[in-house]
Amino acid sequence: MGKIASSGNKGGTGFMGWLNARLPVTQFYKDHLSEYYAPKNFNFWYFFGSLALLVLVNQILTGIWLTMHYKPDASQAFGMVEYIMRDVPWGWLIRYLHTTGASAFFIVIYFHMFRGLLYGSYKKPRELVWIFGMIIYLALMAEAFMGYVLPWGNMSYWGAKVITQLFGAVPWIGDSLVEWVRGDYLISDATLNRFFALHVVALPLAIVALVVLHIAALHTVGSNNPEGIEIKKHKDENGKPLDGIPFHPYYTVKDIFGVGMFLLIFLFIVFVKPDMGGLFLEHDNYVPANPAVTPEHIKPVWYFTPFYAMLRAVPDMQLGALIMLLAIVVLFFLPWLDRSPVKSIRYRRWPFKLMLGMFTVTFVILGWLGMQGATELYKLMAQVLTAFYFFYFVWLFFYSRNEKYHEVPERIEDH
Amino acid sequence: MKKIVFILISLMTTTWVSAAGGGAVGEKAQTNIRSVDSLRNGAKTYMNYCMGCHSMAYQRYNRVAQDLDLTEDEMMDGLVLTDAKFSDKMEIAMTPEQSAAWFNKAVAPDLTVIAKARGVDWLFNFLINFYVDPTRPSGWNNLTFENAGMPHILWELQGIRTANFETHTDEEGSEHKEFKGFETVQAGLLSEKEYKNLVRDLVNFLDYSSEPAQLIRMSYAPWVLLFVALFTFLAYMLKVNYFRDIH
Repeated sequence: MGKIASSGNKGGTGFMGWLNARLPVTQFYKDHLSEYYAPKNFNFWYFFGSLALLVLVNQILTGIWLTMHYKPDASQAFGMVEYIMRDVPWGWLIRYLHTTGASAFFIVIYFHMFRGLLYGSYKKPRELVWIFGMIIYLALMAEAFMGYVLPWGNMSYWGAKVITQLFGAVPWIGDSLVEWVRGDYLISDATLNRFFALHVVALPLAIVALVVLHIAALHTVGSNNPEGIEIKKHKDENGKPLDGIPFHPYYTVKDIFGVGMFLLIFLFIVFVKPDMGGLFLEHDNYVPANPAVTPEHIKPVWYFTPFYAMLRAVPDMQLGALIMLLAIVVLFFLPWLDRSPVKSIRYRRWPFKLMLGMFTVTFVILGWLGMQGATELYKLMAQVLTAFYFFYFVWLFFYSRNEKYHEVPERIEDH
Repeated sequence: MKKIVFILISLMTTTWVSAAGGGAVGEKAQTNIRSVDSLRNGAKTYMNYCMGCHSMAYQRYNRVAQDLDLTEDEMMDGLVLTDAKFSDKMEIAMTPEQSAAWFNKAVAPDLTVIAKARGVDWLFNFLINFYVDPTRPSGWNNLTFENAGMPHILWELQGIRTANFETHTDEEGSEHKEFKGFETVQAGLLSEKEYKNLVRDLVNFLDYSSEPAQLIRMSYAPWVLLFVALFTFLAYMLKVNYFRDIH
C-alpha cells in the first residue's frame, strides 16, 4: 500500500491517508462543508433548505418502518393503518411523524421557494439550481399524491379517481392513458399496488438523486444571499470570498438552531394535534374506500389546493387541466421571465414589491378556495385570481426589462 | 413574519369551516377523554346497545381493558356479552351481506374510527336527535342526519318523541321545513340530563377508540416539547457564540 499512500500525502497519513488515496473523502468534506464558503448574511429564510433535507430524511426513515407493517392490498390497507396505530409498538408515532412530515415538507418547500422569489435566487448563474428544485417539487407532488392513496380511505379513493381522470384531458390517447395509469378500468387493487411501488421505491430514489443534483449545482455556483450580491467577485489572496464564511461550522451550527425551532412546531403538531383539525389528515379519509359513496366535497390535501382551485375555476375539464399544468410549467421559466439584473427585493422598487406581495396573497387565497365547496362567488374569485397568477409572469417579463432599481453595493456591508 | 402569521391564521380558520359540514350540530359534546369513569360507562353502553350491529374491528378487548384500568375478568365477565377471547378484536357475528339483507340495504358501519370521521359533536347530536317518523322504513328519523338508516336503539332510555315542523315556501317556490321542537310521546327510563350524560360517555368512548394512542401521546407532549425547547436554547447559545466574530 506504500506507493499509493505516499503519492497521496496531501490527503493525510494513517487511516485517512489510506482512505483518501482511494476515495477523496477529505476533499469532499472540504468542498461541501468546511471550505464551502457561504455568504455571511443568511437570514431566517435560509433555514428552509437544510430543513427540507431534514424532513426528507424523516420521511425516508419513518417510511421504511411503516413499510415493514403495511400491506398494499385493497382489502387490507385501511386496516393496516389502524393496525399500525394500535398494535405496532410506537406505530402511532412513526405514522404521525410521516403524515405530519408530508405537510411539513410542503410548508418548508413553499417557504424555500418563496425565499427564491424574494432574493432572486433563480437568476443567472443559478438557473439550474432553480430548475432542479422545480423538478423536485413536481416529484414531491407525485410522491405525496400516491402516499395519500395508500391508507385506502374514501378520500384516497376519490382523490385518486379525480386526479387520474386528469390524464383523460390529453387529446386522442386520454382514455387509454387513464386506464394505463390506473392499471384497471377504475381505481382498484392494481392501482394501489403500483402507487405503492412508485411511492416507496421509484419516486424516493428520484427525489434523492435530484436533491444531490440540486446541491451539486448550488455548490458549483455558490449560494445567493438576502442582498443578492455575488460574494465570489471579491476574494482574498487565498481565493476565499471576503464576504463568505465556511459552511461548517458556522451554518451547521446555525442550522441546528433552525432545526430546534422547526422541531418545536413540528413535534407540537405530532403530539398534540396530528390531524390539524382535518387539514393534515382529512376526516373523510377515516371512512374506508367505497366506490359507491362519494364524499360530500372531494378535495385534495391543503398543499395541492391552489392548483385545485385553478382546475375548478375553468368550466372545461380539458382546459382546466391545461391551466393547472401551465401554472407549474411557467415557474420553470422564471429565470428567463425575470429580466432584471438585480436579484434581491431589497434593491428593487415598489412596483415589484407590490406585485410579488399580491402574487403571494393570490396563491394563498387560491389555496383557501381550493378547500371550500364551489359556490358561484368562490368560483368567480378563483377565476380572477387564476388570471392574476398568470398575469404576474407576463407583467414581470415586460416590467423587468427596463426596471428601475436601487444601486446594489459591491460588498455585503457590516451590520 | 406577517406573511407567516397570515398563512397560519388562514390555515387554522379553514380547518374549522371544513370540519363543520354535514347536518345540524347544535350542542357541544363536552367529552373528557381523561375521565376513566366516563370511558368505562361508554364502553358498557357500546357493548350493550351498539355492538349488536356495529363492530369495532380494529380495536382489541385487552387494549380497551388496559387503557380503562380493567382486569381481564372485569372486562370479559362484566362487559363482553359473547364468548370472545381477551385478545380478540371487537368483531361481530353479522356480516355486511346479512346487514344489507336485514336492514333494507343499510350496512351498519364499523365504528372504530367513526369519531375521527364525524367528530364527537356530530355523534353526540346524532344520538340525541332521534324522533318518530312513520314514513321511514325503521319508523325513526333524525334531525342531525336526515333519513338515517339506523333506528333509535336507545329509545327505551330516551323515550319516544315526535318532531314538529313548519313548512315555508320561499320566493322560488321550493319548500323548506323548519324544526319547531320535539314532543314527548312516552317518557324514557332516564331523565334528559341522565340520557345526555350516557350519550356523552358513549361518544367519549368512541373518541377514545378512534385513537387509543391519544392518551399516551398527550401525556408525552409536554416532556418532548420541554426537551426540544432546552435543546433549541442551547443551540441558540452555540450559534450566538460562533457568530460573535462575524460582522
